[in-house]
Amino acid sequence: MDFLRPASWEEALAAKAEHPTAVPIAGGTDVMVEINFDHRRPEYLLDLNRIGDLYEWEVGEESVRLGASVPYTQIMENLRAELPGLALASHTVASPQIRNRGGVGGNLGTASPAGDAHPALLAAGAEVEVESVRGSRRIPIDEFYTGVKRNALAPDELIRAVHIDKADGPQQFSKVGTRNAMVIAVCAFGLALHPGTRTVRTGIGSAAPTPVRAKAAEEFLNAALEEGGFWDNGEIITPSVAKQFADLCSAACNPIDDVRGTASYRRHAVGIMARRTLTWTWESYRGTAAHTEGVA
Amino acid sequence: MPSPTFEFAQAGGAPTGTPTKITQGSQTKGGIGESTLRPDGTLKVTGEFAYSSDMWHEDMLWGQILRSTVAHAEIVSIDTSEALAMPGVYAVMTYDDLPTEVKNYGLEIQDTPVLAHGKVRHHGEPVAIVAADHPETARRAAAKIHVEYRDLPVITDEASATAPDAILVHEGRDDHHAGHVPHPNIVHRQPIVRGNADEAARKADVIVRGEYTFGMQDQAFLGPESGLAVPEEDGGVHLYIATQWLHSDLRQIAPVLGLPEKKVRMTLAGVGGAFGGREDLSMQIHACLLALRTGKPVKIVYNRFESFFGHVHRHPAKLYYEHGATKDGKITHMKCRIVLDGGAYASASPAVVGNASSLSVGPYVIDDVDIEAIALYTNNPPCGAMRGFGAVQACFAYEAQMDKLAAKLGMDPVEFRQLNAMEQGTIMPTGQPVDSPAPVAELLRRVKAMPLPPERQWESSEGADVRQLPGGLSNTTHGEGVVRGIGYAVGIKNVGFSEGFDDYSTAKVRMEVVGGEPVATVHTAMAEVGQGGVTVHAQIARTELGVTQVTIHPADTQVGSAGSTSASRQTYVTGGAVKNACELVRERVLEIGRRKFGSYHPAWATAELLLEGGKVVTDGGEVLADLVDVLENESVEVEEEWRHRPTEAFDLRTGQGNGHVQYSFAAHRAVVEVDTELGLVKVIELACAQDVGKALNPLSVLGQIQGGTLQGMGIAVMEEIVVDPKTAKVRNPSFTDYLLPTILDTPIIPVDVLELADEHAPYGLRGIGEAPTLSSTPAVLAAIRNATGLELNRTPVRPEHLTGQA
Repeated sequence: MDFLRPASWEEALAAKAEHPTAVPIAGGTDVMVEINFDHRRPEYLLDLNRIGDLYEWEVGEESVRLGASVPYTQIMENLRAELPGLALASHTVASPQIRNRGGVGGNLGTASPAGDAHPALLAAGAEVEVESVRGSRRIPIDEFYTGVKRNALAPDELIRAVHIDKADGPQQFSKVGTRNAMVIAVCAFGLALHPGTRTVRTGIGSAAPTPVRAKAAEEFLNAALEEGGFWDNGEIITPSVAKQFADLCSAACNPIDDVRGTASYRRHAVGIMARRTLTWTWESYRGTAAHTEGVA
Repeated sequence: MPSPTFEFAQAGGAPTGTPTKITQGSQTKGGIGESTLRPDGTLKVTGEFAYSSDMWHEDMLWGQILRSTVAHAEIVSIDTSEALAMPGVYAVMTYDDLPTEVKNYGLEIQDTPVLAHGKVRHHGEPVAIVAADHPETARRAAAKIHVEYRDLPVITDEASATAPDAILVHEGRDDHHAGHVPHPNIVHRQPIVRGNADEAARKADVIVRGEYTFGMQDQAFLGPESGLAVPEEDGGVHLYIATQWLHSDLRQIAPVLGLPEKKVRMTLAGVGGAFGGREDLSMQIHACLLALRTGKPVKIVYNRFESFFGHVHRHPAKLYYEHGATKDGKITHMKCRIVLDGGAYASASPAVVGNASSLSVGPYVIDDVDIEAIALYTNNPPCGAMRGFGAVQACFAYEAQMDKLAAKLGMDPVEFRQLNAMEQGTIMPTGQPVDSPAPVAELLRRVKAMPLPPERQWESSEGADVRQLPGGLSNTTHGEGVVRGIGYAVGIKNVGFSEGFDDYSTAKVRMEVVGGEPVATVHTAMAEVGQGGVTVHAQIARTELGVTQVTIHPADTQVGSAGSTSASRQTYVTGGAVKNACELVRERVLEIGRRKFGSYHPAWATAELLLEGGKVVTDGGEVLADLVDVLENESVEVEEEWRHRPTEAFDLRTGQGNGHVQYSFAAHRAVVEVDTELGLVKVIELACAQDVGKALNPLSVLGQIQGGTLQGMGIAVMEEIVVDPKTAKVRNPSFTDYLLPTILDTPIIPVDVLELADEHAPYGLRGIGEAPTLSSTPAVLAAIRNATGLELNRTPVRPEHLTGQA
């Protein structure tokens, strides 16, 4: 195994162009596990740790440009106001040690359906900035996940940053695991209210071959909110609307039975999380909710 | 952050039991009863302690084991040529390379091949071993060994094991259980019949029946199996090893190597936990074989994945129970059948069967019982010793039964248990009288009397503290769907090896003057696996010999056996041996004193003399001489075996016999919050009351009780090795998917300790390590049932079980 250590982003792109099978490694919290368990033995490892730019973020007018290697701890501590859904998701990633190393670029690169960042990125609306020696492009998050542990990257491309719209309304994230911390998701759910566009967006993790949005649920809720004038009157969402939304979120799942849980449980749990996160975000939008992010 | 609370009850006012006379020297600091600190504690928490996996030797090679990828198959061929041809590889060995006719080992039944011969019987069975100059080279070489398997049908449960045409896991059995088992795929069967359960059942106003399932728990000790074998000039080998019982290892290793036991020297290396999982051999013989073959030191270290295959687990079990009771709440009878899955090799299965059957009644008075326990041979992972050893599975089931009976009678579950609780003098189903305190009703009273944690304790002015809610940081509820439940359980565990086993320990104690100060050296072969024996031995020596300085000699086979660090026995048995050896040393020291100074003071001849604070004193406290002056240049040394009172085997048909040494009791109250919609559980508090006889080190007692409680909680809500019933392969051999409780899963564990002396035991002490593991699990299950109203007949309980989505 060759260990490539580019000193700059340009060198990294050149190395990736020369060795398209090279596996990028930043925090190493995923890649090293794979190597230690002998699940993969890449010919080349491409170490991105010397590229300082990847650890930086910029808060712009409309959106946040989040470097691929910004550790989850930084997101939790510094971007809670701008990216509340992702901050909540970051807090559920593994242990403090892992959160100090791992970042969103790794989650996207691995593209596991269980990655904790995905539901939050889907709900917030994000674009993945990728680059190769051929040039740079932005992939909308909806088009990024292409299969189980597969993404839309070309072999010579690297993930440089993620552009995420700044929250213009409440966001929530929930994840079910059979332990109260440091656990891989049995399933997860992200929800973001976008009052600016009068839309809601969702993200579901670990309940389909890829992270997915519950589009039918979103459309139903968008219509119901519009029809009842909820965005303006700020009334309580009726239980029947919440239930219909939850059922449609369950229906968006395409889960499997595995050692972590049953398919039927995953569908069920996504529905519960959808209903609860809708309540939390809507109450927050109405301005009646106490701070409910948890005080940990 | 959960903070432990701890209180010791006064021994006075005890309902039963006689306090043992303790000749403790009050002038000697750091003796028994004090919370002296562990000598290895700071090193362990700062990461400086040398564990067995940290050992290094110049020129050493690394050993690697090739394990079967299937659970049950004939081995058609093994081709090692490609592995042998790799640069850096020094040896590749298979069954054909074993040096003697002894090719199997085992704790009780020698049915386990050192390397597979002709077939493999479980997923992960060792097939070949490699030594190379780098661990990665060894790993790659092992991967280049080509093994061709021809699959056999897998035996995975009682039905497939005892079917008329079932394949025999072991052909041609000739072990001492083979003659009395109903089927060759049953390792051992122990019935216990006392009274007449059928007749007594007619007096019952209510009868409850239940079928319970207990999952496979892993010891999950943090230091994986590892050791270093160094060849010696005399043709022997020196093995530095993390184990639970050096001499038991030695007895199994030496014959396979073809060496006399004196040429296999063993020294205990740093042990990172055990919990029963190191009672069987793992890599010991493999490292020695490779060292002797190559003439070089060989180190083997398992990684976590391999560790899941490298040691036995807790027996999963099916338990069928029937209890009856009269309408005034007295239990009439009990019938049960306990089916333990022993997996592919016997390990400790026969003894686990003995425990499960003899303790299947629980700490209750039931005169009419009909009991059967068996362990199966299957192609599942081998199971053996784990903290609680057969009593854990039974406790889960009989405590569920107690709640069902109480509910059916409309009685309070604690009062119902108290009404039927055993006490000193109760006759066990084996016919053995309980002849020391058995404060079962009192322990229940104590846990019930503890204040309950406040309701809705997650609410704060800032909103919901998700850490206090089911789901924790995963932010699944802010109180929605959350229901509190409370449950109680109590258990009984035996202490020490049972059923007639010669369960002795050996201690060598020396006393001499070093640097102008009297010093005692304690040398035993006791495996310190974290239980704190090294702390307690020093305390005993200080108390008995009146010295401050005690040196604990490293454990090795240069001294006689200390028995196993298991069965809650080491403080009792090796502690007893150290106390005994100290007493003999004290007599010798006093003899020297009488010889030298006897003529100076009449008390040398007339008074009862003690050693205290470095001096010889009368029982009235008068100082007769300094130990330094008594000993001068002499040293006094005693090595002596010590035995607790003998036990008897259980009758093979009736189960009658005085089979156990001592019993240990603990009770728990569990308080849980259950998210009833998502099926997630947060255990808020697990209060424990336990009788420890005498707390030699109160801080260690607290640690044992809290640790045991948490390990019991693990199997209630998350820990389980999942085996595919179609292939008998392990599905989750990693800490990613075998979940252990984290600190955020750890409840507050208030501990109430009772000290009622057992007059048969040293200092009146009671073995304590296992009892808290028993009642913790059923208490949590009872609390979850209380919150959800569900029946829940299996453990661990998973979210899908609580939401009807299994």
